[in-house]
Amino acid sequence: MILDNPAKKSRPPLSLYLQKGLIYLVLGLLTMIIIFIFYILIVNATRSHFEIQKGFAFLPGNQFTVNMDKMLTNSNFKVIRALLNSLFIAFLSATLATYFNALAAYGIHLYQFKFRKAAFTFILLIMMIPVQVSSLGLVRLLYEFKLIDSFMPLIVPSVAAPAVFFFMKQYLDSVLPYEVIESARMDGSKELNTFHKIVIPMIAPAVAVQFIFSFVASWNNYFMPSLIIQSQNKRTVPLVIAGLKASSPDMFDLGPVYMLLAVAIIPLLVIYLIFSRKIIKGITMGSVKG
Amino acid sequence: MKKIFTVLFLMAAAFTLFACNNDNGGEVLVIRAWNDEFQNRFRDYYPDYVSTNSDGTDVLEDGTTVKWVIVANDDNGYQNALDLALQNQETADADDKVDMFLIEADYALKYVNSDYTLDIIEDLDIDEADLDEQYQYTKDIVTSSEGKLKGTSWQATPGLFAYRRSIAEAVLGTDDPDEVQAEINTWAKFDAVAADMKEAGYYMLSGYDDAYRTFSNNMANPWVNSSDEIVIDPVIEDWIEQTKTYSDNDYNHGASLWDSTWSADQGADGEVFGFFYSTWGINFTLQGNAGDEGFGDWAVAQGPASYYWGGTWITAAKGTDNKDLVKDIMLKLTADKDIMKQITIDTQDYTNHKSAMQELADDPDFGSDFLGGQNHIALFIESAEAISMENISPYDQALNEGIQTAFRDYFSGEVSEDDAWDNFYEIVQAKHPELKRKD
Amino acid sequence: MKKKTNKLNYSRYGIYFIAPFFIVYIIFSLIPLLSTFYYSFFEYYMRQGIMQVGPNFIFLDNYINIFSDGILFKYAGNTLIMWLMGFIPQIILSLLLALWFTSTRLKIKGTGFFKTIMYMPNLVMASAFSMLFLQIFAANGPVVNMLMESGLLEEEFNFFEKVITTRSLIALMNFLMWFGNTTILLMAGIMGIDQTVIESASVDGANSRQIFLRIILPLLKPIMLYVLITSLIGGIQMFDIPQILTEGNGGPNLATKTMIMYLHDLITTSKNYGLAGAVSVLLFIVTAALSFVVFRAFKNNDMVDIEATARK
Repeated sequence: MILDNPAKKSRPPLSLYLQKGLIYLVLGLLTMIIIFIFYILIVNATRSHFEIQKGFAFLPGNQFTVNMDKMLTNSNFKVIRALLNSLFIAFLSATLATYFNALAAYGIHLYQFKFRKAAFTFILLIMMIPVQVSSLGLVRLLYEFKLIDSFMPLIVPSVAAPAVFFFMKQYLDSVLPYEVIESARMDGSKELNTFHKIVIPMIAPAVAVQFIFSFVASWNNYFMPSLIIQSQNKRTVPLVIAGLKASSPDMFDLGPVYMLLAVAIIPLLVIYLIFSRKIIKGITMGSVKG
Repeated sequence: MKKIFTVLFLMAAAFTLFACNNDNGGEVLVIRAWNDEFQNRFRDYYPDYVSTNSDGTDVLEDGTTVKWVIVANDDNGYQNALDLALQNQETADADDKVDMFLIEADYALKYVNSDYTLDIIEDLDIDEADLDEQYQYTKDIVTSSEGKLKGTSWQATPGLFAYRRSIAEAVLGTDDPDEVQAEINTWAKFDAVAADMKEAGYYMLSGYDDAYRTFSNNMANPWVNSSDEIVIDPVIEDWIEQTKTYSDNDYNHGASLWDSTWSADQGADGEVFGFFYSTWGINFTLQGNAGDEGFGDWAVAQGPASYYWGGTWITAAKGTDNKDLVKDIMLKLTADKDIMKQITIDTQDYTNHKSAMQELADDPDFGSDFLGGQNHIALFIESAEAISMENISPYDQALNEGIQTAFRDYFSGEVSEDDAWDNFYEIVQAKHPELKRKD
Repeated sequence: MKKKTNKLNYSRYGIYFIAPFFIVYIIFSLIPLLSTFYYSFFEYYMRQGIMQVGPNFIFLDNYINIFSDGILFKYAGNTLIMWLMGFIPQIILSLLLALWFTSTRLKIKGTGFFKTIMYMPNLVMASAFSMLFLQIFAANGPVVNMLMESGLLEEEFNFFEKVITTRSLIALMNFLMWFGNTTILLMAGIMGIDQTVIESASVDGANSRQIFLRIILPLLKPIMLYVLITSLIGGIQMFDIPQILTEGNGGPNLATKTMIMYLHDLITTSKNYGLAGAVSVLLFIVTAALSFVVFRAFKNNDMVDIEATARK
């Protein structure tokens, strides 16, 4: 398409094949590296602790069932519960993040109100501030209001996610025609209703993209939960992994750790594979600037 | 629609998570730790322990619930969470108040010198005589600057030098522990043997940090003086010099503690002569790494200096509402002879009871198959008596870790010694801004 | 007349709709942030990690400390270097991949499969990624063994002992995690370029190299800028991977210690709110300045007055 030059249709086939060969080589190499990494993760999950500690192996071990068993029956680190906790938190975080930031983006995008420019500038400003800068202060506040050891502070802050907001805003810029809104209003639709029934479906790819990203970010998040969660029952997957790694020497077993690492990726992989078509569509549309 | 449904379903599931699954029939004892080691000892050996509930809390005979709050050490997570909880102790609910928490030697003074720990003699009413059988150094470590005893431990963790019998035989001509000890009982002799090992094609040690504790435990002065200046003790300089020599001459394998080279070196085909190891390390880590082929090929000797490595102490938190129970747990698990002897027999962990350990040491049938039948407890006893920990400081954790980190680069040849010193101060001053460089 | 009433009637919805965002932000981020900035003017830390010192008002002393010390700038340098080491190959490769994938002349097959593969590293937890790399590049690991067997290395080599190799590994990990994302974005940008411009250029006799340099690249500028800025955001906040890979040490010779790792150090052991506050303020100023750049660059395309343009 782009590099096609209609005036020069007769290219010598040899250099073309060479080019394609080179390209496939590069792609193949990258694919191999990436698959290799995942392969090693799974191989380690089938080896015993001492085998893993001593180093690397190409071939799987025979400890798959042993490690799976140890992982599931560990009385101090309830893996199934952690998976459910993480699922719950990540799901809600992603939902809140996509909904409220889309709403805010829509608000800035469509409505002319007094603070519009200021609000937008503000959100752009805060987009780059590292999270760690405010987290210890936040944790102290949480202790004061007795919200420690609760899922709430892990979920609610997703409502204000500048990066998600920014992406939604750009998407709206390239996708949403005003006429649609106007006709909805004339049909008597309330504003919020319009948002739900018309706007959200139109930006569905963007929602899908950001849903995945927010979900993954929340699922893999270690920092905040490590400061807030205390009860055994409320641990999330990264906390359980860290806990297993820090066991006393007689209990220290890397086998179940790798098993959990592998298991922890599976939900993400599944969701990702299902949504991957929508994701790619979503990103491409969100960045086209017309 | 489907989405909303799933959300509702998950929210319902969440509510069941939040619901209390445990009725507090009696009081609640809150214990904070960074891993499950003490939890296991407690469940296996505390007489009043009855059972564990599905949510991880334990039930005691009088109906008390034991709630374990375990936060991993990563990123200082354990201490951060602990500190926040201790600072909020006054306003916490009765059931959430921290009753006991565990500490390690490297940062013990931080809590021992603070008001967050109770004096176990005065405040808990423990009789000093009950603790007579404990090793003095385990008490020194948790004695505050005002002389108050703030904690107690069920472990003593004297360190030894574990060596490979086959290599000893090949190079020194003997694998008998006493004879090997005669060859390595001073640093000068140890260095000489290192040269012999190299000639024979072996490594003396595995990593840069292996010998660190042996030096650092024998400092004549604390790391930090009363003017907040960092004092570099001569033994630390000795360690730096020795390790640099060893690294340059290939007497060590360039590994770092716990990395894969270090672990592999303990395997059956490893080429390293020995490892400085403590009680827990030998029976769990070393034995595991040695595998079936290495079983029986190891023995322990005291080495050039006595030292200890690791160990966990239990303290009582100020504001606890369960003083009697805390007292009982402490006495049972750290001073009761039968219980502690049993722990050693079962786990081979060296417990903090002199006469119990002496009995095992004198027992001709007691030995470790892994060590070729050697009674390592007998050897640990000598080592344990000689340990002196009068010179700890509240900054030990940062300083010990900092110097090992900074000098790793010097040993590997990546930076100069001056740069390593600069890095050391940089690391340590970021962690403790009040510390000054002495110059 | 009617339109004016419409406008007035609906504008308040803007406020309603952004309200949740701002309320949550103020509670969970702004207030803690402001307290962080406030304490930057104080000496405030925990002596020995547990005894509170301060807050004592010292005005700009923390800032003077930072500037005279210079170590924050050293860490900024580390961050920048590692970011560049990852980003430059990333943008080049992603551009190449994007061109290859969108070229009908080349007709690369299996792009769907490959696009999926490209994203997978993004899903891996930083701790998992680091543990795996520690194992793969260990001194007794497969990479070293392979290099030794092929004769490129004479003896065991420890990747994590040398500054250059440790930094490279971190850059490599960042690269793997993000190149998929960048490729897709650039593909979108390329596909958005108007075909007629290309066609008329080639009719005028331009070869593909000239088309690429003179037409495609300039038209890709907005996307490239977006990629650059978002990558820069990630770069400034670089923490997880170097932290776990080097176990918090900041790599050989403190050469892989990033700014956020330093901030983290200040906070974890001694809760040095004073100095950490000052570092945070400086970071904020730098990132705010960068954000302004973004704002300027996107000014043309954003803040579109939708209702006004509809009435054109």
